[in-house]
Amino acid sequence: MAQEVADSPEITASTKIPFWYDPTKRAIIYQVVVLGMVGFVAYYLFTNTLANLERQNIATGFGFFSKEASFEIGESPIPYSAADTYGRALLVGALNTIKVAFIGVILTVILGSFIGIARLSKNWLVAKLASLYIEVMQDIPVLLQLVFWYAVFYESFPSPRQALSPIRGVYFSNRGMVFAVLQPHQVYGYMALAFVVGCFAVWTLHRWAKKRQEKTGQIFPVFLVSIAILLVLPLVTWLLGGAPLKMNFPKLVGFNFEGGATLSPEFAALLSGLVLYTAAFVAEIVRAGIQAISRGQVEAAMSLGLRPGKVLRLVILPQALRVIIPPLTSQMLNLTKNSTLALAIGYPDFVSVANTTINQTGQAIEGVGLIMVVYLFFSLSTSALMNWYNKKVALVER
Amino acid sequence: MRLLKVCAVLVAVALIATTSLAIAGETLDSVKKRGYLIAGVNGGVFGFSMPDEKGVWKGLDVDTARAIAAAVFGDATKIKYVPLTAVQRLPALQAKEIDVLCRNTTQTLTRETANGLNFAHVNYYDGQGFLVSKKLGVKSARELQGATVCVLPGTTTEMNVADYFRANGMKWKPVVIEQTAELSKAYFAGRCDVLTSDASQLAAHRATAPNPAEHVLLPEIISKEPLAPVVRHGDDQWYDIVNWTVMALIQAEEFGINSQNVDKALRDPNPEVQRFLGVIPGLGAALGLDDKWVYNIIKQVGNYSEIFERNVGVNTPLGMERGLNGLWTKGGLMYAAPFR
Repeated sequence: MAQEVADSPEITASTKIPFWYDPTKRAIIYQVVVLGMVGFVAYYLFTNTLANLERQNIATGFGFFSKEASFEIGESPIPYSAADTYGRALLVGALNTIKVAFIGVILTVILGSFIGIARLSKNWLVAKLASLYIEVMQDIPVLLQLVFWYAVFYESFPSPRQALSPIRGVYFSNRGMVFAVLQPHQVYGYMALAFVVGCFAVWTLHRWAKKRQEKTGQIFPVFLVSIAILLVLPLVTWLLGGAPLKMNFPKLVGFNFEGGATLSPEFAALLSGLVLYTAAFVAEIVRAGIQAISRGQVEAAMSLGLRPGKVLRLVILPQALRVIIPPLTSQMLNLTKNSTLALAIGYPDFVSVANTTINQTGQAIEGVGLIMVVYLFFSLSTSALMNWYNKKVALVER
Repeated sequence: MRLLKVCAVLVAVALIATTSLAIAGETLDSVKKRGYLIAGVNGGVFGFSMPDEKGVWKGLDVDTARAIAAAVFGDATKIKYVPLTAVQRLPALQAKEIDVLCRNTTQTLTRETANGLNFAHVNYYDGQGFLVSKKLGVKSARELQGATVCVLPGTTTEMNVADYFRANGMKWKPVVIEQTAELSKAYFAGRCDVLTSDASQLAAHRATAPNPAEHVLLPEIISKEPLAPVVRHGDDQWYDIVNWTVMALIQAEEFGINSQNVDKALRDPNPEVQRFLGVIPGLGAALGLDDKWVYNIIKQVGNYSEIFERNVGVNTPLGMERGLNGLWTKGGLMYAAPFR
């Protein structure tokens, strides 16, 4: 359009309109002005805060990162002691959050799908039980559920000295579940490597099988072969490495167990509370996704002679996922953000560690800013990953 | 809940961002103009600051705030209490949401410097201790190797206990829960072997336990926790008022003046007492207050001994001895500078 206008001289001459009548330019100007105002307010708040803090002689900045934290953290995926820095303490908190969010999201999706499908079951009892679960879980505030599960874990189990031991090397007490683990050995590292190699092999096999099927129409049993590769490679490595099987058994020393691995009541309560709560929402999303597919699709697939498993995998799921993925993403984000309620039941997540840091350094502005940035990062990376996946499963229009 | 707290801190931050600096005399003027004092308190520690079953605020910190209101307005009831968490309290004071913080806050170097605050005279000398179940058979904190410890977060509790176990080469595991009630429930249910906090708070928790007699305070006190009212840097007059209000409570006890006999004491021939109670004018005016400020405090709130015994003393559920909080003349640390 613009090209045409410019090309015809008589129109150009008579329509030399001022830029404020041009809607495109006007829109740009509005946006620049609004952006400038937002920027100015942000700049004003930022510099004014700094100036005020400075005048009141209140310390600012992130210099405390490299100072000694001098507080303990209950559980940590990486080695940590009170002699480490605040930076490392905050890292431990972030890893604890990632741990509970990652495991939580996986369990939630599995449980949610299961219940969502169960609600659509033709079996009356199964369907009613699933809807009962969804209604109850959705309606109880998640904080209440966390406190409930925490109380269940520490009230219902005995003290460590009277711990229940259903099988050798596994103990249940109000300090959590303590269980025997394999003694570290270098072969396990090689096994992990073998597993990664196996994953790569499976990926290559998958691509090859797909190409072959497109070319010749022959189907290769990818699934079974993949499982075999993933199991056999690490197993062979383990046998070659001398099949080490030494276990590290927990022992009762003084007040508590030493050795083995511990699943703390705090982690267990947080995980179960978050998973059971969020799964109810995921179940509804899954049900909606499946119901969004018209009955005709299934009937068509069945009349083509596909077995029920294949109908689900090739016809229902690819279409249902398009409906499921976007709301599922927001449930994943919800779970991650709700994990900050850990504070109420003593799980040392990022907010908990950051709070202690704020208490000890008194630098609340930096601490709260850090909490916001870290959760923004968690949320944005989850969104990015899910958006990428969403694009992959989205309707490809030809 | 969490979100609310973060919001509160954010609001505080926004206030810091938009308000300007304190000028000397400004706090007193704004308090007088407003007509009431805004005091930041804990709100959840029995004996220090907590509303009773009728909703009336009670406690040692509450009485300190009432004394300040009595000094400023001649009326101890002109206060609004703002319950604050450990995380909120310092930003709330810095952002001028409150005039004074009476919330069992420990005086430390960092808080007086990096955080821009001033601590008035100490109103309670506390120290961190350990509460354990008698069933464990532990006699000393040095036998706590491998213990799981329930820690009340905030102040310097977490750091003190970490330092203590490190210094004695003992391993331990913390369980840190922000809500006091939830934490003590976890301890009394056996989730932890030990509960640690300031000794006064442990006594308060034990008092509310299902079976108080089964729990014992270990003899070790592992830290110094001088708890004092806090004000902002930069308003010396306001600092003087808060500081000398606490000292007036102590001095009144030393003179033997309490809420019952203060009217009689007005006729005391001792010039020191006459200056103290404003019979000889001058001291109140020097602070920018009415000359009867001390009389109002003692008449309406009482002296330090009365406050202590009514809130945390041996005849209360907390059952605390005077100990360090006794007068200097009786082997304690409570010592007021001269009123002249």
